[in-house]
Amino acid sequence: MERQIFEVSQVNAYIKSNFDADPLLAGLCVRGELSNYKIYPSGHHYFTLKDAESSLRCVMFRSSAGRLHFRPENGMKVLCLGRVTVFPRDGAYQLYCESMTPDGVGDLHVAYEQLKEKLLAEGLFDAAHKRPLPTYPHRVAIITSSAGAAVHDMLRILGARYPLARVSVLPVRVQGEEAPAEIAGAIRYANKWKLADVILTGRGGGSIEDLWAFNDERVARAIYASDIPVVSAVGHEPDVTISDFVADVRAATPSNGAELVAPDQAKLRVRLSAAQAAMDEAMRRRLKLSRQRLDALAGARVLLSPKNYFEDRRLTLDYLQHRLDAAARRRLDGKTREFAPLVASLDALSPLKVLARGYSVTYAGGKSIRSARQARPGDQITVRLSDGALRADVTDVEEEKHGG
Amino acid sequence: MAGKSETFEASVKRLEEIVKKLEGGELPLDEAMALYEEGTKLVKSSAKLLDEAELKVVKLAKGPDGAPTETEFTENG
Repeated sequence: MERQIFEVSQVNAYIKSNFDADPLLAGLCVRGELSNYKIYPSGHHYFTLKDAESSLRCVMFRSSAGRLHFRPENGMKVLCLGRVTVFPRDGAYQLYCESMTPDGVGDLHVAYEQLKEKLLAEGLFDAAHKRPLPTYPHRVAIITSSAGAAVHDMLRILGARYPLARVSVLPVRVQGEEAPAEIAGAIRYANKWKLADVILTGRGGGSIEDLWAFNDERVARAIYASDIPVVSAVGHEPDVTISDFVADVRAATPSNGAELVAPDQAKLRVRLSAAQAAMDEAMRRRLKLSRQRLDALAGARVLLSPKNYFEDRRLTLDYLQHRLDAAARRRLDGKTREFAPLVASLDALSPLKVLARGYSVTYAGGKSIRSARQARPGDQITVRLSDGALRADVTDVEEEKHGG
Repeated sequence: MAGKSETFEASVKRLEEIVKKLEGGELPLDEAMALYEEGTKLVKSSAKLLDEAELKVVKLAKGPDGAPTETEFTENG
């Protein structure tokens, strides 16, 4: 009986055909721990799956590896889906892994943690890199979907709080494959064309898959690179995305994002009123001071050169009285308050009050005169006193020599 | 191009200066009055800006030459 003689390649081919005919080996899910994980320059991943007793060689081709959401690491417990077949050249069987997920927790969760760790180590979340938002956002760029509640909420709140702003909406998709590139692109575009003073980006809440675009590395890097401050406003508490960590300011929701971007006009109005009140008070004090000085001076310099002094002051006070009255009327018209005390304090400065203290004004030719040289003997003059006037003829002029 | 927000910010800044100067005291009365009137006008004009403002919203997209082009923004659009 003659033994059949086989070539090596025939044996391997025979075994391979047996393996390949087995429906179980054609598609199975294997649980194990990763070891000897290597990524070759070709992009293929080679590793071993093992448990307490055994190990199984595995390969994941570049096309499959590109779909991984997380970075596999030695020691990690994973589930691998694939087929087991023989590599005829080596006569070794291995698992051709088509997809891999972390065992126990979701792969997105692992990817999130890994990216967070990586970007944290790179300094993308550093507080020192974060810029303050402008106090008055003249131009706001909203980067989100033009449909959906997020943009609606943002615009509603911006309009209510700070309607002076000019808003540009840059519509992007916020979920799906295209979303990260679109969001990152819009952020870069806004920077390139200096479209805004602040960027508000985000979307409404959802599952971790829905929010995934905001956990994308491209989006995170675009936010980090943005010269325009970025507010990340994704989902509802307690979702925290990678974008939230990188952004200059993190908002809990789209509405909250708009609140953080825009000053509240109610507060701005309070500030305006406070400024008005401060000016009123300062002006009141200032006028009181003037009055006190005038009173103090009345007894001194006035006696040396009463007409000069009095006339100057009279004109100034008339002028101020007029302007203050006008201002008071305007303010009262404008339903504002508290001007009356100001006018009252001015009243104390009124020329009539000064006349009451015994001074007088002299008129010649219908004009008040402030110098003895303005009248000549024979001129008719009028002397105005607090309760009336005297008409008189000048009989003599005596000029006084003084330094004032 | 100074928009309403820019005007508002400039007014508030000037107003703060005026308040500071007036509160500092020692200004000639004339100057104090002039500042007071200027400040009061600014308070009024700034409040008016807020009263009359309506949020301006446009949609921005990359035009054929790469430059941003504005169109009317409509939700769900």
